[in-house]
Amino acid sequence: MNRSRQGDQLFRELCRDIGADRVHRDGASQLLYSRDGSAFPGGIPGVVCFPETTQHVVDCIKAANRHDRSFVPRGAGTGLAGGAVPCDAPLVISTTKMNSILEVNYEKRFAWVEPGVVNLDLTKSLTGTGFHFAPDPSSQQSCTIGGNVANNSGGPHCLAYGVTNAHILAIEVVLPDGTLVELGDVDGHASGYDLRGVFVGGEGTLGIATRIAVKLTPDPPEICTLLLDFMDVADAAKTVSAIIASGIVPAAIEMMDKRIVNVVEEFVKVGYPTDAAAVLIIEVDGLPKGVKIEVERIQSISLEHGARSVRVASSDEEREQIWKGRKSAFGAVAQIQPGYYLHDTVIPRTKLVEVLEAVYEIANRYELIVMNVFHAGDGNLHPLLVFDPQVPGIMERVLAAGEEIVQVSLDAGGVLSGEHGIGLEKKRFMEKLFSEEDLAAQKLLKDAFDPDGRANPFKVLPSGASCGEVNHLNQLPDGAWV
Amino acid sequence: MGMNDLEDFRESVGESGPVAVVGGRTHWTVGGNPTDDTRLVSAPVGIDSFDPSEMTVSVKAGTTLKDLNEELSRYRQEVCLEGSSETTVGGALMIGTDGIRRNLIGSVRETLLQAEYVDAKGKLIKAGGPTVKNVTGYDLCRLLVGSLGTLGLVGRVILRTRPQSEKSVWLQGGLQPEEARHVCFQPSSLLWNGKETFIQLEGYGIDVDSEVLKLKNLGYEEMGTKCPISIPRFRHKFVNGMCLDGGIVDVYSSILYKSTEAAEPQHSNEVVRLGNKVRTMFDPSGRLNPGRDPYRAGP
Repeated sequence: MNRSRQGDQLFRELCRDIGADRVHRDGASQLLYSRDGSAFPGGIPGVVCFPETTQHVVDCIKAANRHDRSFVPRGAGTGLAGGAVPCDAPLVISTTKMNSILEVNYEKRFAWVEPGVVNLDLTKSLTGTGFHFAPDPSSQQSCTIGGNVANNSGGPHCLAYGVTNAHILAIEVVLPDGTLVELGDVDGHASGYDLRGVFVGGEGTLGIATRIAVKLTPDPPEICTLLLDFMDVADAAKTVSAIIASGIVPAAIEMMDKRIVNVVEEFVKVGYPTDAAAVLIIEVDGLPKGVKIEVERIQSISLEHGARSVRVASSDEEREQIWKGRKSAFGAVAQIQPGYYLHDTVIPRTKLVEVLEAVYEIANRYELIVMNVFHAGDGNLHPLLVFDPQVPGIMERVLAAGEEIVQVSLDAGGVLSGEHGIGLEKKRFMEKLFSEEDLAAQKLLKDAFDPDGRANPFKVLPSGASCGEVNHLNQLPDGAWV
Repeated sequence: MGMNDLEDFRESVGESGPVAVVGGRTHWTVGGNPTDDTRLVSAPVGIDSFDPSEMTVSVKAGTTLKDLNEELSRYRQEVCLEGSSETTVGGALMIGTDGIRRNLIGSVRETLLQAEYVDAKGKLIKAGGPTVKNVTGYDLCRLLVGSLGTLGLVGRVILRTRPQSEKSVWLQGGLQPEEARHVCFQPSSLLWNGKETFIQLEGYGIDVDSEVLKLKNLGYEEMGTKCPISIPRFRHKFVNGMCLDGGIVDVYSSILYKSTEAAEPQHSNEVVRLGNKVRTMFDPSGRLNPGRDPYRAGP
């Protein structure tokens, strides 16, 4: 049977199995689900499904298997590494309609949620209960918990609280052969191999999560936010290292350089010092007296390392104002240039000074504007190259500069990604970090979960095959978050 | 072992024949004993590098927790691994069980950032990365923790460290677990013997003192820095209403510590089938720690 007729048959079977209103293959849907928040132009999905139950997901995967089709799990599509880009006309399985909070157990501190629950909706539903879900990626107003699981998402407050993997206790998963399995347990100590732990961050290549038990973290009794400004970026970076070296692990340490501070201040007017070379936003939390001690120590350390001023938020409103600037950064960038390309690498936090200097040098050499707004506390860089895509030859310069930034990060002892994942974007760099044998070991895990290679193919691990044109970045993201 | 000790370790593991690493033998029987024909080798020993301002340490798997903690405590740091003084770093990771302070210091699974291990073919493989945050590829470190050495034999690791608490104190009192857990913010441990609860508080001295006062007002007695009760060796899964039978419950993780061995844990067939597929992929001939099975280990 040719692929077109096979597609018709698959479509009919899906309509029969999960209901015709949950199966789309019109042009608008195919266009809409052809890409994610990344720079990749994307492929074309075969059929887009919107399951509402675990059984629907099982039915979707079994139908795909009957017709030898691959499938791509998809949450809100906010990913920045091309992880949800459909390659080879797969079934796109969107979990956005599986969006219920199923159970909240305050005594044992967990909640069962469906994968399509939006991160911020979960946070809002917990407001006032004394608990929260700690991962807070900057896309939290639209990204889903299922997407957070797939990408092992981070966020500013993951410095002290850990990334998503530390906050997922158990996951109900439909494996690529259609088998339903529950990985982990709500007590957080299932024996046997930590299959839950490797599923988180699997970028949808190991199966689809249909129910997720998240850990509820107690709200801290006291929170204090500081805004520090520096006349030299290196002093700000040295302050970050000095704070960690002193034994303080704040809830968050974010850095913004002069260019992004100016753009943000122009956009939202939150009172950032526009003449500073860099600002740090630092948040500490815990019991009140310990918070006071840490605030005083951070003030002292930062002044010793060249801080010009330290502003301590004196009210919730002031605290929210300080964070508003940080969270508006990517919206603000659109005010100065229509395009940007956002990188994500991690370096040892003691190498911040030298790597930031190298990033500026690379951007200057390629005559590009770079802005830095990133999670400094855990060394998670996000150099943001902003440009006008209409300028001839600009993409070549952007890509070449980006590749050098990745190399500089690796040379400093860093890794390829701290929270965006590998997806399509960085699989070509994997061999820079891992040997052939190391990558073969990772492939063993993929093969154990997905021997036929049907779950989100062409992602994460380098392979001879490519996903159409997706190995070549030739378009720009419409929006992006860190 | 000298400069090339990882290479020496790789050679000692070799490419064929049943093999296991012997550490401090403090958890030797967990998940079953290795078969009689298993050749025992030792992992290399020593701390390769420790940068307190990075909060990571590179250490060889045969190093004892005692030696590692002595070095880290010089800089008022620690790792989230618990065991006796003879327990090795590799042993604690391969067993992978969390201690009673998990509520404060986190899980062993969060601690392992990078591992260099010898695979079933005798090749040296690197998993994970050296930084404190990393989503580069599949996280095989997660898989190695708690694997009882059935997927690879670990030679060297990079671990996340954390600051030691300024003050630590235990208290003993009469509140039941469901009441006790709400009195203080994030105690590091909460144990229950069926009659009384035992609470460990850690943090800045000034905060700990305030929390201690709250508990003393509820009739609790300060018991010093060491755990006031002896914790039996075997871990059972605790379910509300279960008879403690002389055991001690870790309230936050629902583990019942008893002096008698637990029955083999129950797992779904699908989970065991998937786990065994993983094992077979990593070790097709079954030469790594034969006789041991992570699914027979307790919680």
